[in-house]
Amino acid sequence: MLLIHCPYCDETLPEAEFAYAGEAHIARPADPMALSDEEWRDFLFIRSNPRGTHYERWRHVHGCGRFFNAVRDTVSDRFVTTYRAGEPRPDLSASTGAAR
Amino acid sequence: MTVHLPPLAEAGVTLTELPPAARFSLRLRPANRKAAAKGLGVALPERVGGIAEGKGRRALCLGPDEWQIDAAPGDTPDLPADLPHALVEITDREITFRIEGPRAMELLSIGIARDLRRLVPGTGCRTAFDGISAVLVREGEVAFTLAVWRSFAPHVRGVLEVGLRELASGL
Ligand SMILES: [Zn+2]
Repeated sequence: MLLIHCPYCDETLPEAEFAYAGEAHIARPADPMALSDEEWRDFLFIRSNPRGTHYERWRHVHGCGRFFNAVRDTVSDRFVTTYRAGEPRPDLSASTGAAR
Repeated sequence: MTVHLPPLAEAGVTLTELPPAARFSLRLRPANRKAAAKGLGVALPERVGGIAEGKGRRALCLGPDEWQIDAAPGDTPDLPADLPHALVEITDREITFRIEGPRAMELLSIGIARDLRRLVPGTGCRTAFDGISAVLVREGEVAFTLAVWRSFAPHVRGVLEVGLRELASGL
């Protein structure tokens, strides 16, 4: 079982308490009416799906209930770091083994 | 063939369903935490898992903006209307089990993936028991309370009773 650090509880807890919630840092367009159908489709459905470092949302659903962001390696399943919702993408150069 | 089940007293842990007491869910912005604590007569811990007691009430911090307030039956905590908050009675929503004895942690570990040794006595958390959301409080070194939503209680009781039989049988 994966262990995930909740940045709100400040504890590292079993995956069973968490729910995955898709790619992070996807901002809803401020004016959807101004978008073409293709741009709206891209916002709704098109994701980066990288091999390696992935910025993604999780929710501590059986816990504090908060959504937060995580950086996970999609190959090794290793969590590089987690951070609170609303914070910018962290600088990964300081995190060991995050060179990708 | 006769099956001889060992008495459950040999399990080293007891399972009791507690009588209902008053329970409330409190949601408010962290900025209003201290004002609300003053109104309730009980501190609202800032750290998730923290517990405070006062005025016959007990507050357990479940999230950055969420507290569970336990009170005596009939107690109705109230907060001023000009303080933005949501205070909802959930007394009837949950069944609370008390699990106590030297092997309490062992019994709970059949449904909870958390490392229970790291839950300090006098603190609590929301966690998952066999996939079900549950509020767990470590009341003492070997005493826990586990609250689950009413409709899940028969399943949780069943799982725990199987665990009790296994412990009593030396499995
Ligand atoms: Zn959390």
